[in-house]
Amino acid sequence: MISHPILSVRNLSVEFRTRQGTVNAVNDVSLTLRKGQTVAIVGESGSGKSVTSYAVMRILDRAGHISSGSAEFSGIRLDQAPESQLKDLRGREISMIFQNPRAALNPIRPVGQQIADVLIEHSQATRATAREKAIEALRRVRIGNPEERFSAYPFELSGGMCQRVVIAMALACNPQILIADEPTTGLDVTTQRAVMDLIRDLTKSNGMASILITHDLGLAGEYCDNIVVMERGRVVESGTPHELFLHPRHPYTRRLVKATPHHAENLKALLADTVSPVREIDSVTSERSDSHQSGFAREVSPPVLEVIDLRKEFPRARTMRDWMRGEKPPPFVAVDSISFKIFPGESIGLVGESGCGKSTTSAMIARLLDPSAGSIWFRGKDISLFKTSEFAQGMLRAKLQMVFQDPTESLNPRTTAEQAIADPLIHLLQITDRREIRTRVKALADQVGLEPALLPRLPHQLSGGQKARVGIARALASAPDLLILDEPTAALDVSVQAVVLNLLADLKERLGMAYLFVSHDLEVVRLLCDRVLVMRGGRIIEAGPTKQVFDNPREEYTRELLAAAPRFLDGVPQ
Amino acid sequence: MAKPLAHLRYVMASNPVTFLAFTLFGLMVFLGIFGPWIVPYDPLASTPTAALKPPSWQHWFGTDQVGRDVFSRVITATRLDLLISVSAVAMSFVIGGALGALSGFLGGWTDRILGRILDTIMAFPLFVLAMGIVAASGNTVENVVLATAIINLPFYARVARAEVATRRHAGWVQAAKLAGNSDLIILFGRIVPNILPPMMVQISLNMGWAILNAAGLSFIGLGVRPPTPEWGIMVAEGASYIVSGEWWLALFPGLALMTAVFTFNLMGDGMRDLVDPARRT
Amino acid sequence: MTRLFVLLSRLSQAVPTIFGILVVTFVMTRALPGDPAAFFAGPAATPESIAEIRARLGLDRPLLHQFSTYLSDLAKGNLGESISTGQPVIQELAQRLPASLELTIVALGLSIAVAIPLGILAAIYQDTWIDQLCRFTVTAGVSLPTFFTGLVLVYVFYFLLGLAPTPLGRIDIMFVPPPHVTGFYLIDAPLARDWPTAWSAVKQLILPATTLALFTLAPLARMTRASMLQALGAEYIRTARACGLGPRKILISYALRNALLPVVTTLGMVFSFALGANVLVEKVFSWPGIGSYAIEALVVSDYAAVQGFVLAMAILFVALNLLVDMIYTIIDPRVKIDG
Repeated sequence: MISHPILSVRNLSVEFRTRQGTVNAVNDVSLTLRKGQTVAIVGESGSGKSVTSYAVMRILDRAGHISSGSAEFSGIRLDQAPESQLKDLRGREISMIFQNPRAALNPIRPVGQQIADVLIEHSQATRATAREKAIEALRRVRIGNPEERFSAYPFELSGGMCQRVVIAMALACNPQILIADEPTTGLDVTTQRAVMDLIRDLTKSNGMASILITHDLGLAGEYCDNIVVMERGRVVESGTPHELFLHPRHPYTRRLVKATPHHAENLKALLADTVSPVREIDSVTSERSDSHQSGFAREVSPPVLEVIDLRKEFPRARTMRDWMRGEKPPPFVAVDSISFKIFPGESIGLVGESGCGKSTTSAMIARLLDPSAGSIWFRGKDISLFKTSEFAQGMLRAKLQMVFQDPTESLNPRTTAEQAIADPLIHLLQITDRREIRTRVKALADQVGLEPALLPRLPHQLSGGQKARVGIARALASAPDLLILDEPTAALDVSVQAVVLNLLADLKERLGMAYLFVSHDLEVVRLLCDRVLVMRGGRIIEAGPTKQVFDNPREEYTRELLAAAPRFLDGVPQ
Repeated sequence: MAKPLAHLRYVMASNPVTFLAFTLFGLMVFLGIFGPWIVPYDPLASTPTAALKPPSWQHWFGTDQVGRDVFSRVITATRLDLLISVSAVAMSFVIGGALGALSGFLGGWTDRILGRILDTIMAFPLFVLAMGIVAASGNTVENVVLATAIINLPFYARVARAEVATRRHAGWVQAAKLAGNSDLIILFGRIVPNILPPMMVQISLNMGWAILNAAGLSFIGLGVRPPTPEWGIMVAEGASYIVSGEWWLALFPGLALMTAVFTFNLMGDGMRDLVDPARRT
Repeated sequence: MTRLFVLLSRLSQAVPTIFGILVVTFVMTRALPGDPAAFFAGPAATPESIAEIRARLGLDRPLLHQFSTYLSDLAKGNLGESISTGQPVIQELAQRLPASLELTIVALGLSIAVAIPLGILAAIYQDTWIDQLCRFTVTAGVSLPTFFTGLVLVYVFYFLLGLAPTPLGRIDIMFVPPPHVTGFYLIDAPLARDWPTAWSAVKQLILPATTLALFTLAPLARMTRASMLQALGAEYIRTARACGLGPRKILISYALRNALLPVVTTLGMVFSFALGANVLVEKVFSWPGIGSYAIEALVVSDYAAVQGFVLAMAILFVALNLLVDMIYTIIDPRVKIDG
């Protein structure tokens, strides 16, 4: 029996007044939500998925308004209701949680008090009973020691705990609908799973309906009954995960499904049918069996990088207690004496959650940070002996380059793409002839698939994918032997990520570089890397060929990490 | 290339107040340069018989206690007032900005020492410190400029330090290091051009304050001596005549002061819009 | 308990600041080119009296020795003597301080009472007439020279309208100051039940306090408005709205409290402006405080008096900043001890 829809959005359109005129953020969107159902709205940045839910909750920015269409909840027209009525509905019947949980909480108010405020506002508790009920709410979201945590402030809690508090606030009055806007973005992979499981369990046990807004199709597939795909403000397709994954109809959906790394066999499979890889000739051999073979051959030659007992300590600030005792606190060990090798042409993945020390390691190897102890052998020389400032001008600098995480942040906002790529040519390779620089820059841009017309542009005039290409071209300019990539695709949309990853694999094969690929995204590492190193708490707890580690993890933690990744279409026959 | 110009035109068109501010600024600069040549009377010529005359067609702003034409004096004073403030702010900006940038980039001891110096300057109520400096180093216009420069230094140093510290760890700075640039080039060749826009905003906002300070110092008798025409000292001279009803001696120089400061403040707001529209007040 | 430690550490941080102040005031008077002895002796001194003063002040000794003498003098409360009156500077300052304090405190109180509500309302009712009024007040306020405002007010309210009394001091010349308890006429007069004197004191205080208040109003209102706008646009307000919290609750418990924190920080800067503007206001209204004392001293190059004044103002400022720091530490739960 099909239950009656509790939320019915019909032909909803939302407009924003901007300096450039009126912008249609959402165009003619319809969706239905039934009791007990979980619907996902999936889209990349700019798709309008968040704006749709803000419009339903009527918490749009001042510049936005609903221009046409309707949103109906239990017979009430949300788009027309007066603010007093909406205020009653919000939090009590329809709740919403957002991304960035710590910012979502009042920083100078105890978290328990914030839950109590919601309870009191909707007459679910009096001042006397509010504290008790708030503690109960904290317990329900599985926060340990809820009586103590009642008076904690957000800055004292971890990101995951803050999100639990936000969920507690949202569910305190047992609403009928929960809208979750990217609730797991920015959280660690294991925390993500914990939070999503919590949301699922609570909504199921309360018989709630929920809407999950996300850019991660895999996440949507695992937790939702129905998926609505949005692109540029419109709904392009909707259906069950089964339908969308196996028989996607709209070309955008197809591209999105293909680009999602889960279950992809190889990198090429990520690309949509219409997009060709960067180079047709010298076709990409990213089949894992292939690279495994050639990896074996490569192990015979000396390693291009060898790290021995690398260690980094950061001094800790003295607290008042230390000062009174006359003690110095032990330093914080970010990297705890790790060792590994990278052979020419190899691609090594360095994975771990935030705080495990992988970024510190990559910064030390790139010689942007001085190690506390240990040695880094690169092309036969111990480069840890150079001071950071000396290395910057040395010969070896050219051979060891890095691509950064956030393409926006990694380009000087005031220099053009051409100038950015030319920088190492001028300062590292000491080329002075302007024509030669021009030619080389063009060749590099060509290599990374960046159109020459884009070269004179400033960073804010380029898209995320284009900026990423500029960063890669710049890193390639000095023909490095080892390229360190620090989460190079983390900030990119999934479809763009697919293209960039293929580009990276292609370049590696053609130019014979070795990669140190630092990432928290296991799926990407699985596709791109020959070997993988798992880091936790500053140590490498597991290492080995990718296939081996992924199929047969030795360590408990590795198993946890692998299990935490969303399993799209678990148990669906393919 | 045409983009910044088009953006400038857009900001001017959508914000008539900013446009007014820039026009007034242009007018002030013009008067500062050409003022002394175009005034009807000699600002120093006293005619005791025509003393304390209210505004009229011959004397638009009236005459003062020794018969000098107030209008000519107000216009002539533009040059001196602007010169004092501009030189003081220029000194603060260059020295304070450089120190702040170094401090923000290097951190460590440089930062700590600069921090101490700035804290010491800001431990005094700034106007009082300026009084003390002028009193100690001698009652001259140069020392007024010096004192104003010193008390304005912390603003620029702090802004420069903050802006540089924010960018110090940015990806593109690391990339510049990877590309073989030395630290000095990175700081002054790359980072500083990036922080110039917010510093420019700071200058406009600060210039108004510098003018007020300098005028305040001359109001209490420091720096400029009679009969030099300068707005602050003219208000001071006119103050004793307010109680007897001769308002024009003090009002017009005061209005000129106010207009100058107002112009710079509006320009500062306008520049902030030009540079960073997200941060409009 | 940690809070107490933080307060103590803030207090101890004031020590190097005070030391810095002492060094600066010392340098200002002793270590500059020119002959400090001549400064201290005064413009009408003979070479013999200059030499005498030089010996007496120890100006022929090495600098470090002079500095320690300076410090020990200060510890004994010896700030030198005024040339014009021959009285110990510290005595004269102490005598005139209450006048300045009374003026500044009343002015700041007025300022805060108007600026903060204005800023809050301007932020809540953004882009309405009250917002425009606030922005206009702010822009005008930061552009007006204090001394000019004072003169305009005198002209309008005294000369034109005849409402205000003669701007010549703290009470009308016909009255006698009340018996000295605190030095604040607004307190001493009512204590002595001398209501006519109290009323006269109030009347004399209105114009100068308003002048000073107008000057400090602008930065306060601007900061309050900006801070409130930022608080209202924060993500936790979005959460509060999404949870259905009422507008009043959101405004007071969520937005206002957070908005006031940066405002408290601004108070330090406002005090700096206020103490400086105090000097100018005292001149315009012939207010017998330490500001006008310093101006008179400057004119006659009364060196010790000027130095004493700068020192006194600096110490007062440090004390005010400490107070603000303490208040902030108490109201912000996020404050920790830094390294």
